[in-house]
Amino acid sequence: MQLDNLYQEVILDHYKNPQHKKLSPTYDAQVHHINPSCGDEITLNVTLSGETVANVSWDGVGCSISQASVSILSDLVLGKTLAQAQEISDSFMALMQSKGTQTGDENLLEDAVALAGVSQYPARIKCALLGWMAFKDASVQALAKNQ
Amino acid sequence: MSFNAGAVIADFPILSRTVRDGKRLVYLDSGATSQKPTEVIDAESNFYRMHNAAVHRGAHQLAEEATDAYEGARSIVAQFLGASVNEIIFTKSATESLNLVAYAMGNAPAGNRFHLTSGDEIVITEMEHHANLIPWQQLAARTGATLKWFEVTPEGRLDLSNIDSFITSKTKVVALTHQSNVLGTINPLPEIVKRAHAAGAVVVLDACQSVPHMPINVRELEVDFLTFSGHKAVGPTGVGILWGREDFLNELPPFLTGGSMIENVTMTSATWAKAPKKFEAGVPNMAQAVGLGAALTYLQRIGMDQIFSHEKELTKYGMSALLDIPDLSIVGPTDLEMRGGTLSFTVGDIHPHDLGQYLDSQGVAVRTGHHCAWPLTRKLGVPATTRASFYLYNTTADIDVLVDGIRSAQKYFG
Repeated sequence: MQLDNLYQEVILDHYKNPQHKKLSPTYDAQVHHINPSCGDEITLNVTLSGETVANVSWDGVGCSISQASVSILSDLVLGKTLAQAQEISDSFMALMQSKGTQTGDENLLEDAVALAGVSQYPARIKCALLGWMAFKDASVQALAKNQ
Repeated sequence: MSFNAGAVIADFPILSRTVRDGKRLVYLDSGATSQKPTEVIDAESNFYRMHNAAVHRGAHQLAEEATDAYEGARSIVAQFLGASVNEIIFTKSATESLNLVAYAMGNAPAGNRFHLTSGDEIVITEMEHHANLIPWQQLAARTGATLKWFEVTPEGRLDLSNIDSFITSKTKVVALTHQSNVLGTINPLPEIVKRAHAAGAVVVLDACQSVPHMPINVRELEVDFLTFSGHKAVGPTGVGILWGREDFLNELPPFLTGGSMIENVTMTSATWAKAPKKFEAGVPNMAQAVGLGAALTYLQRIGMDQIFSHEKELTKYGMSALLDIPDLSIVGPTDLEMRGGTLSFTVGDIHPHDLGQYLDSQGVAVRTGHHCAWPLTRKLGVPATTRASFYLYNTTADIDVLVDGIRSAQKYFG
């Protein structure tokens, strides 16, 4: 079934067992992002150590795509420098906009390549991007605060 | 003529197409927008093909034909609603109609019936679509008036227990929906209208979810303003209706100003044409108005009573089939009295987006999300719901596909 391209096993696993889904008591920046077309919401905390992502945690409500995507993102960027996180994020953005023509760089994106199928469902791309936008926003704020 | 769903389906060309690898299209999203019968599509395109010219202007034959077609559509709408022809205003959407009333009231000078100040109150309900919430919220903010709302009970009905103390002599406007686009609830208008009028308030009715589905007569409803959108009533997009009592329309200041809506203009001042022209600045959406005329003619030929009872049967069948599904909860009234053919629900922990996506893979089109009524879904404690909404071209076979789809989705995401 074509739907299986969208709901890969990895996505359903992350959805059922989301990673880092418990807001840390302390943080450098906390953001709250909303997807106004569907009502999905996420709160995301970022703590930096210099220019390295020391901690990412989040809580939220949303569909399997949005929840799995932020779970995968948290795993991916933890311990990375902001420059590395940016590179991953740019690559993920390009994958989402690829309309199904790309499979994604597995070395860079790891589990996030499972979300490649989302790019064939235009209405769901914003679901996949919710957590990534929140992380981008939070990391910029955290960096500004620490400087 | 008895209702024949098979014949109706044949009138809607889109219903014979397939989606997602050859699945039959099961369209259960008419609450968002309805599909169009061939005669509506033809009426709109024939206007462009044969009669296109700017209405109410020009001395040529096409301008005459266009004006006749446009004004003919206005007569059809008036007759459909049991109204006078001068009370029918074409807008681009029901959203624009509601904004028109709210902004026009905001333009009313002191001494005008519609003038609002900080001592006044605007009453709405918690089940309003954003289009009948935000215009009033913002009008209150601009004028200093107070916005109040009737709350919704856990059963999905308006809590009117305090209606007499809630609507008072301070209340200038009571704006509410006839039928909730999320819950399917039909609101008890007679009680509300009676109380509003006793308090001296005007009643503005959002009839987007009722006019396409049941017989409506504005004189019998006794409301003061009523709005609906063409595209939900098998008509084209880009056309909405505002109906208002003629004396009120004449007292209400204009919203948009410009061509067509004037009586006399100098470099420093202008006076207004009478309604409806006062509220139709600029060249209107003519082909769409003509298409709406064809749509209402079509609905009337089928019979609004027939459509209403057909949908009632579907709702009864759908309600019982849905409630048989484990973990499925209906969001809205489960009794069939005073409710229309809109069924919103949640299914266990399956997020509505995921359910909607799964149903789509089976050819079933439903709406998911907060349905532009975010305060309502928040109140009911659900971030989002899945909504199936029925219309004249749906059948129990469509509901069977929906129910099978939900059951397979439970296995898929389980």
